[in-house]
Amino acid sequence: MAMKIGTGEFNDRVGTGIKDSFMRGAVSSAQERFQSRRLSAAEELGNWEDWRSHGEEIRQHVLENLDYYLYQLSENVSKRGGHVFFAQTAEEASEYIKNVVEKKEAKKIVKSKSMVTEEINLNAALEEAGCDVIETDLGEYILQVDDHEPPSHIVVPALHKNRQQIRDVFKEKHGYDKSDEPEELALHAREKLRQEYLNADVGITGCNFAIAETGSVTLVTNEGNADLVMALPKTQITVMGMERLVPTFEEMEVLVSLLTRSAVGQKLTSYITTVTGPKEEGDVDGPEEFHLVVVDNGRSGILGGEFQSVLQCIRCAACVNACPVYRHVGGHSYGSIYSGPIGAVLSPLLGGYDDFKELPYASTLCGACTEACPVKIPLHELLHKHRQVIVEKEGRAPVSEKLLMKAYAFGASSPSLFKFATKIAPTVTSPFTDGDKITKGPGPLKAWTNIRDFPAPNKENFRDWFKNRPKGGAN
Amino acid sequence: MNGTIQNRDAFLGHIANRLGRERKTSVERPKWKYNPQDEVLKNATQDELVEVLKEQCKNIHTNFVLSNSKDLTESIKKVVNEYGGGPIVAWKDERFDQFGLTNLMNKEWPESGVDLHFWDHTKGKENIDKANYANVGITVSDVTLAESGTAVLFSSKDKGRTVSFLPATSIVLIPKSTIVPRMTQAARIISEKVRSGETVASCINFITGPSNSADIEMILVVGVHGPIKATYIIVEDM
Repeated sequence: MAMKIGTGEFNDRVGTGIKDSFMRGAVSSAQERFQSRRLSAAEELGNWEDWRSHGEEIRQHVLENLDYYLYQLSENVSKRGGHVFFAQTAEEASEYIKNVVEKKEAKKIVKSKSMVTEEINLNAALEEAGCDVIETDLGEYILQVDDHEPPSHIVVPALHKNRQQIRDVFKEKHGYDKSDEPEELALHAREKLRQEYLNADVGITGCNFAIAETGSVTLVTNEGNADLVMALPKTQITVMGMERLVPTFEEMEVLVSLLTRSAVGQKLTSYITTVTGPKEEGDVDGPEEFHLVVVDNGRSGILGGEFQSVLQCIRCAACVNACPVYRHVGGHSYGSIYSGPIGAVLSPLLGGYDDFKELPYASTLCGACTEACPVKIPLHELLHKHRQVIVEKEGRAPVSEKLLMKAYAFGASSPSLFKFATKIAPTVTSPFTDGDKITKGPGPLKAWTNIRDFPAPNKENFRDWFKNRPKGGAN
Repeated sequence: MNGTIQNRDAFLGHIANRLGRERKTSVERPKWKYNPQDEVLKNATQDELVEVLKEQCKNIHTNFVLSNSKDLTESIKKVVNEYGGGPIVAWKDERFDQFGLTNLMNKEWPESGVDLHFWDHTKGKENIDKANYANVGITVSDVTLAESGTAVLFSSKDKGRTVSFLPATSIVLIPKSTIVPRMTQAARIISEKVRSGETVASCINFITGPSNSADIEMILVVGVHGPIKATYIIVEDM
């Protein structure tokens, strides 16, 4: 699965999402729970704004000095006997990993949840090399067993599925014959996956934060799957987006605290694990061979430009959980593995406007995302910036918007025409109105009303209202 | 032996270029403007930290037992029995002797037929098999975080990583002297070791209660890939 997921046009995906009432219910209740947990986790600290500012200053400092810290990281990984590969593109990264896997003659690979490996379409490359690739995060595992369904949320990938659907998937694929109680479903996955860890030749992980000073990588989970992925197979390959690092353990600690509180409202998740290189001499568990793959894949194009701050992201999904648009359309509507506000900013930057030009418009610019972000990324401003770029530089505003603006330019070009247009507007639009809303707009309005209502023109236009208003009052 | 590094110069040169400058060869770690982490449990006494840890254990589905060297043997036996007995796998850790557990672990349990395996690197893969079949894993915390209820474990050859992951249940002994306010202090302890030239453990686990997941309908399930139940036993060592 590359970054782009699903097929069909943006509007069709949104249409499907909006009609999926289980998904919408699941998403809105998940949002509420995540939001309230995040807020109480923040409140309990008493000085959350200072924490956010600290997170921001750390992330900005790292981005400004990224070449230095990546150099230091790679030196220290190498000193501990680990191998480092810098990959400019997704293909280079996948190719390197495929080569390592082939050299090891690996048949079975276990993975812990990682957005960047989804982004570089790693599983396809590994399956092409004849490997059996097993996702071990419970949500990801469920989706994989269900014929590789794409994830719909960064933190809870199978949020759109209910327990009966999950039971049916296990029943159909594994002959599972127990109930749809989450405990029993999880136990089934535990038993299946335990064998996979023990038999796997290679373990592949993402990376929450690499630590430059020690050459370490830190993984954050609640399930403990990443730990078994890193402890049992003989070869470990960790893939990181090139910006995901910090200077020392002391900054890692701060960002992990921000991440776990913002993502799930926990002070810390059950397992935060920092590994450094392969196992030491004499160690029994841990990998004999350690590879770190540092991936650019479009990130350097963001660096040094007006969107640089998006690289501060620590993938907590707090913005996703705060977004009113995500709440209604769900993760699959975005057509990208990165959904919600962060996805709407990041996807066009990494994947191009051709595939993702609609996403910056999937926002009300209300700013809830910006307020939720633990490292102070000005998300709604970046969304607005995208729209400017799309219209001004790329010259490809959505067609209806262009038509509307043309019509408006014509109508507003002379005072008499403008007067005429505002006068006839209520009459012209009356066949399409329902109360004070236009629900099925004609022509250029159609694209708007396909996904939301448009307020019907007031019978009294502004100029008339201004002329007739009571003089001298505070009204 | 050092590992290989591939494509580094071109990659980093491109980054420097994007940032509009030459490659940097040294960067001072800044003095940060904000340090909110220092405020947490700032002046708490050791006893107060124990109380904070105890409260936090309720949030993380972890059984909390306060003990001292005299009744530690009984405390451990009780928890192991509640968890259904052996097989047990434990680190080969000199601290068990310091806490007065030699008799229990080397004599009483073996003589009463409790299967106890000490992680011993000379036994190689057998350790992993033992851990996989064990009902209880026993480890000792190196640093303990009161705020989050976290045991920090440094791996080494006789302190296997998987002792706290493969067994069905987990018991972590928490020496009272290891309790600090939060992760901040643990990070500093590790950083100081690094700067004084010590090799950082190949695996450092920050463990906060048993494994869990809310991936199915956001309903919390305790016990997924790692232990299903966990107990912290606080050992009075001060």
